[in-house]
Amino acid sequence: MSEAISALQGAAFEGYVRVSEAGLRGMISLRGDLSAAKVKAAVKKVTGLAIPDQRQIVFAGEKGLGWMSPDELLVLVPYDDAGATVEALQVALAGVHHLTRDVSDARAIFRVEGDRAREVLAKLSPTDLHPDRFREGELRRTRLAQVPAAFWIEDGGITVVAFRSVAQYVFDLLKTSAEPGGEVNLW
Amino acid sequence: MSTRLTKGGRLIDRGAAQDFTFNGTKMRGYRGDTLAAALLANDQMLVGRSFKYHRPRGIVASGAEEPNALVNLGAGARFEPNARATTTELFAGLEARSQNHWPSLDYDIGVVNNYAARVLPAGFYYKTFIHPRPFWKHVFEPIIRKSAGLGQAPTEGDADRYEQLYAFCDVLIVGGGIAGLQAALSAGSAGARVIVVEQSAHWGGRAPVDGVEIGGKLAEDWIDATVQALEKMENVTLRLRTMGAGVYDHGYVLAHERIADHTPGDGRPRHRLWRIRAGCVITATGTIERPLSFAGNDVPGVMLASAVRDYVVNYAVSPGDRTVIVTNNDDAYRTAIALHEAGLGVPVVVDARATATGALPKMARALGIRVETGTAIAKVHGGKRVTGVALCAQAGEGNAVTEEVACEAVAMSGGWSPVVHLWSHCGGKLTWDEAGAMFRPDANRAPTSHDGAAFVIAAGAANGQLLAKATLKDGEGAGRAAAAQMGHGSKPAKLPKVAVAEENPLEPIWVMPQGAGVRLRAKMWLDYQNDVKVSDVQLAAREGYESVEHAKRYTTLGMATDQGKLSNINGLAILAEARDAPIPQVGTTTFRPPYTPISMGSIAGEARGETFQPIRRTAIHEWHAARGAYWEPVGLWRRPYCYPWGGESHAQAVDREVKTVRQAVGLLDASTLGKIVVKGPDAGRFLDMLYTNMMSNLKVGKCRYGLMCNENGFLMDDGVVARLDNETFLCHTTSGGADRIHAWMEDWLQCEWWDWKVYTANLTEQYAQIAIVGPKARRVLEKLGGMDVSREGLPFMDWREGDLGGIRARVFRISFSGELSYEIAVPTSKGLALWERLMEAGDAFSITPYGTEALHVMRAEKGFIMIGDETDGTVIPQDLGLGWAISKKKDDYLGKRAQERIEMTRESRWKLVGLETLAGAVLPEGAYALGEGTNENGQKRTIGRVTSTYHSPTLGRGIAMGLIEHGPERMGEVVSFAGGQGGTIDAKIVSPVFYDPDGEK
Repeated sequence: MSEAISALQGAAFEGYVRVSEAGLRGMISLRGDLSAAKVKAAVKKVTGLAIPDQRQIVFAGEKGLGWMSPDELLVLVPYDDAGATVEALQVALAGVHHLTRDVSDARAIFRVEGDRAREVLAKLSPTDLHPDRFREGELRRTRLAQVPAAFWIEDGGITVVAFRSVAQYVFDLLKTSAEPGGEVNLW
Repeated sequence: MSTRLTKGGRLIDRGAAQDFTFNGTKMRGYRGDTLAAALLANDQMLVGRSFKYHRPRGIVASGAEEPNALVNLGAGARFEPNARATTTELFAGLEARSQNHWPSLDYDIGVVNNYAARVLPAGFYYKTFIHPRPFWKHVFEPIIRKSAGLGQAPTEGDADRYEQLYAFCDVLIVGGGIAGLQAALSAGSAGARVIVVEQSAHWGGRAPVDGVEIGGKLAEDWIDATVQALEKMENVTLRLRTMGAGVYDHGYVLAHERIADHTPGDGRPRHRLWRIRAGCVITATGTIERPLSFAGNDVPGVMLASAVRDYVVNYAVSPGDRTVIVTNNDDAYRTAIALHEAGLGVPVVVDARATATGALPKMARALGIRVETGTAIAKVHGGKRVTGVALCAQAGEGNAVTEEVACEAVAMSGGWSPVVHLWSHCGGKLTWDEAGAMFRPDANRAPTSHDGAAFVIAAGAANGQLLAKATLKDGEGAGRAAAAQMGHGSKPAKLPKVAVAEENPLEPIWVMPQGAGVRLRAKMWLDYQNDVKVSDVQLAAREGYESVEHAKRYTTLGMATDQGKLSNINGLAILAEARDAPIPQVGTTTFRPPYTPISMGSIAGEARGETFQPIRRTAIHEWHAARGAYWEPVGLWRRPYCYPWGGESHAQAVDREVKTVRQAVGLLDASTLGKIVVKGPDAGRFLDMLYTNMMSNLKVGKCRYGLMCNENGFLMDDGVVARLDNETFLCHTTSGGADRIHAWMEDWLQCEWWDWKVYTANLTEQYAQIAIVGPKARRVLEKLGGMDVSREGLPFMDWREGDLGGIRARVFRISFSGELSYEIAVPTSKGLALWERLMEAGDAFSITPYGTEALHVMRAEKGFIMIGDETDGTVIPQDLGLGWAISKKKDDYLGKRAQERIEMTRESRWKLVGLETLAGAVLPEGAYALGEGTNENGQKRTIGRVTSTYHSPTLGRGIAMGLIEHGPERMGEVVSFAGGQGGTIDAKIVSPVFYDPDGEK
């Protein structure tokens, strides 16, 4: 077997906040009717989590469930469990119209950590990152400068997800924004 | 001479001297100075030359409205032209150079234009364009080009960095004067999220200079206390050096923060562009004083009365020992009093009004200052600086000079204009205020948002409330109203008592003296920056330019970088007078963002250098880079075009790569190919609609090549579809087409066929895809070990899943080259590992990586089309001989109906053929095939064009594909193609399949 490698293999930058590539994480895209009882039950069975409300993300241990759109969920698991989880979901959803696919390798994940992590993202994303507005539990699908991205608060920092092909661009964006001297001191 | 006073200066720190240079001369100022203040303190009255006539010009204003004092600032990688000296904070080591002069500021040859003013009248450019025509090109343009232009272009890349910030608030307040601060206090106390931006480096605006008292204390004390109170509020953000640049739809506002202009090279970003989404915007942007139009009002030393006061009070700078005040209002008397208090001489206050009986004139008289009412300035004496003024009666024509007064400076005031720019950017309308002779915001016609509700409130002086008492009250009301609008209601705050001298009304004076003849009017400047005079606007009116917008463009009034901040109202008053129409009927020109110029760097933000544009990289990108790949941009991807070895040229590398693949084996990184999964009970039906051929009957385990057309029948994408299981298809798209085709699918599913049970997912980046191509491809895979890739185990146009060298893979037996070929998809995170193993296993078979150009050559040799080469958005599959890929069995598919239109079935459409040059040369890209005769425009008729053209290493000659009228029926005929330089190249029409036409490979 070959070792699976992430896009930037853990690159990190210490600016006025810390920016790092977080390695591989299991990510599964599940499309289906989220209001259907069978879908709810199948998701609950496999992940142990209830489907989150609009624009929310929930966690239980190493698993997570994010609301992506009215008919799409993001399932988070450890990288090595992705294949088995896809299979489990497909079994649990047998007979129900849905699409479940492993997208772990299509993504790059970053961590933005530090007191002013929010404002580093506010330089790139048209999102209101005020602590009262962007709270823990929200999954925000947005853009960072010129590329699509999503982020949420996790373990006291912000987890950012982007497409793998633009990992270097996203890392460079975050790095530029975290450059010392660029403190805005907003919140 | 202008000089530094020994005492005073509320904004300067005398303990912190800062040396700087102007035109190479060393000068000294203090921390807190603006460059303009420091220049005046060093008696630098002359700071530039005017744009058209190269007249000497000095500092007129003290803020953003300054038209003259624009300098080349800095050097090298920190050079910037057109920096406004009045808003440039001084720092040690600052280098400034005056601009728009030649050879030197003091001795300028262009000043000859001044004497030639008669041949440079209003509308000069338009008139000159017309006749005599040859003169424009050979005489006027070279001269005008030399004399025109402000500043110089930088020659080096910018050393600084810039950034942007998205900010959100309930209430955005633009302007940190007393109205803005009070508005912030009210809105902030009510609980609204507030951002306050102030363009200068200080809070409080004009109040401290104008001697306002608030709550029994100096305005300054109230300002300090208020700022402190605001700083304590968590819901309020205060930002100095940040200018509200533009107001746009739905409460979107751009603000430009100058973080490090005054501390260059300290590691901070130079500017930050705030992209603010505000619920409600309060424009507390203050007012701008208007100049008066008298002859010689542009001589250095003639300044706005408020600016003179600012320089004396804020920076302890004297404009000269003797300053004559000229006014039509009471406010200018404050300048007389300030000068007097600073121990400077005011020989006379020239008041154009018949009487001056207000509190301020009384105070001035009590101080012993002489006041002459009903009087005007007939003329200003002096060239590079003021030496005196001639007075006359305002009611006369200016010929009878009543008195000569020697002086070093003239402080003028023609009244005040509210800064209505931001109010107006998004459609706020103005009303003419007779009493104040000014346009002010009309609250009943405010800019409205998506819901029809007003989202901008003007406050304070910007709302026409010029007296401090009213200013503060208006700010309070605006702050409270804005907060309430955002759901934070509150009771009116108790305001402190404001003490300020009452003022009598001004008298509108647009020309001084009233009956000035043409000789004087031709020396009365309206627009200093573009050299537009009273006589020019009058000429425009006489020539029929009645609309203010036409007159503006004809005269260039207000079209310079200051956007007419000083000249607009005066200019349109002159136009109104010339047309004998009331001012409101003439109206204003359009106010457009930005309020003052903002840096290009801030607009670019992070989008420069490495982050100029996202570059998409495959898992194997770094491997290619390390092997010296020459890149080709494909969409945002970078794909290796070829891998030159040693001293190979690109053409040589492509030749080698093609030959190696045809004779042995090669590897192509095909990861960029689009991969879209389509799943559901209706997936087959859906794909039958999307593709021209039948997909629903594809067997599991099989692949099929398909074409996609748009509704107009034109070919838009192609690729191989694989059926993964009964309900699931994997659609390959072109590299550039993945996102577009995925969006196209979702569009149909969400908007048209929303009841079809189909889900899609774009898995392009989930898989690295590697093509292994060539007669020895199978042997390499067998060496790697794993799944059965034999002819029988994996037949052509089949796919299988299995292990290859220990990596889970999906292998497609498809070919785009005519060779034995496998495309192998593995998870992206293992793409590099597979690639390296294949290279290693292929070593014994002379394997080579090959790039997109070799791919192109080989597909052209085999007669395969390429989307974007053979198609250009006007080509249908039938043009390309792809009729076989169009199902006759299906009732419908996207594009079917369009393809039945007469134009699409026309016999004479250009159709795909192969082209073989007679001499073996390579046809030029896109060359046209020449027909007989000419078209309706008298041009040579064309009967086709080259779509793809290459040197074929396999055949050792030029090959091409092209679209030719009746092409397929003309096999063997010779057609001439335009070969550039007027020559032609002959080529024979042949089959497009040059290589292995019988498919024996």
